Amino acid sequence: MFRRVLGTTLGFVGYTVQYGCIAHCAFEYIGEVVVCSGPSMEPTIVNHDIVFSERMSRHLCKIEKGDIIIAKSPFDPNMNICKRVIGLEGDKVCTSAPSDLFKNHFFVPKGHVWLEGDNLRNSTDSRSYGPIPYALIRGRVCLKLWPPHSFGTLSESPSRQIIKPQRNSDSD
Amino acid sequence: MARQASKGRYLRAFVSGFFVAVPVTVTVLDRFAYVARVEGASMQPSLNPDGGSECDVVLLNRWSVRNYQVQRGDIVSVLSPRNPQQKIIKRVIGLEGDFIRTLGYKNRYVRVPDGHFWIEGDHHGHSLDSNSFGPVSVGLLHGRASHIIWPPNRWQQIQPRLPKNRGPLDTEEEDE
Repeated sequence: MFRRVLGTTLGFVGYTVQYGCIAHCAFEYIGEVVVCSGPSMEPTIVNHDIVFSERMSRHLCKIEKGDIIIAKSPFDPNMNICKRVIGLEGDKVCTSAPSDLFKNHFFVPKGHVWLEGDNLRNSTDSRSYGPIPYALIRGRVCLKLWPPHSFGTLSESPSRQIIKPQRNSDSD
Repeated sequence: MARQASKGRYLRAFVSGFFVAVPVTVTVLDRFAYVARVEGASMQPSLNPDGGSECDVVLLNRWSVRNYQVQRGDIVSVLSPRNPQQKIIKRVIGLEGDFIRTLGYKNRYVRVPDGHFWIEGDHHGHSLDSNSFGPVSVGLLHGRASHIIWPPNRWQQIQPRLPKNRGPLDTEEEDE
């Protein structure tokens, strides 16, 4: 009698461990569902939107300019930030307002990315704290799940012209 | 007929075993413990004291850093800010809020910002650490090196130890 209870309990524990590990692998290597809060990515993502972020791009280092990513906050590792990638390592990023006469440029260092929110007026991003290491990125947002009327893939950057890299062009 | 049946049975056993072993191994490596070989001379004499003949292998405790809690003097592995696919192993010298006197950084004195820490290799001058790229975000923390497990004559538990003269400047103010 006792042996049967022990057997069942061990079997139950075994199944829990196995499915827990499969769940961990799914969340870590496939993707996760994220609830977004805050105004910094309006109008692309608004407060209380639910999005799906996939992890494979980050593990394969295939994040590109213009992608919306979820990353760990550089100042608090328990908090996540959701921003758009404006520049990858080696890119030249313009940090001054469009109304300024003299433009300030900044070269993104090796292993870092430059992030900006779509709502430039109401977003703390790389313009205040500088580029963040690529390794802090958790995943790429690829699909919006909620609210249902805006279900689907996310739009391109509304505020800034993202110029795809032309490696052989000479820029001054 | 019997051989076909047993081959099918072996295949099924292999596949079901595979689907148990791989997720469990991956979860253990991601959440609990990781084993890594230390390369380079940046942590001499604590790690790789011979340099070149045989590299130390360390056990990295990932469970103890799940809440990003580290102490000064711990040897930790960190995702490199310069190369996201590389992990570097260094010693924690300062935590957030500490004032550090740097060795070769662009500023002579640095206050470690919130959510960051200051790491250095024990072998100054041969180490790519915070003295080159500045304070490192705590989100890059990967694991804490707790034991050296290879070569067998160097089996030991790694104790947290701050090198002489390398520590935060405000030592009167011991935080709780």
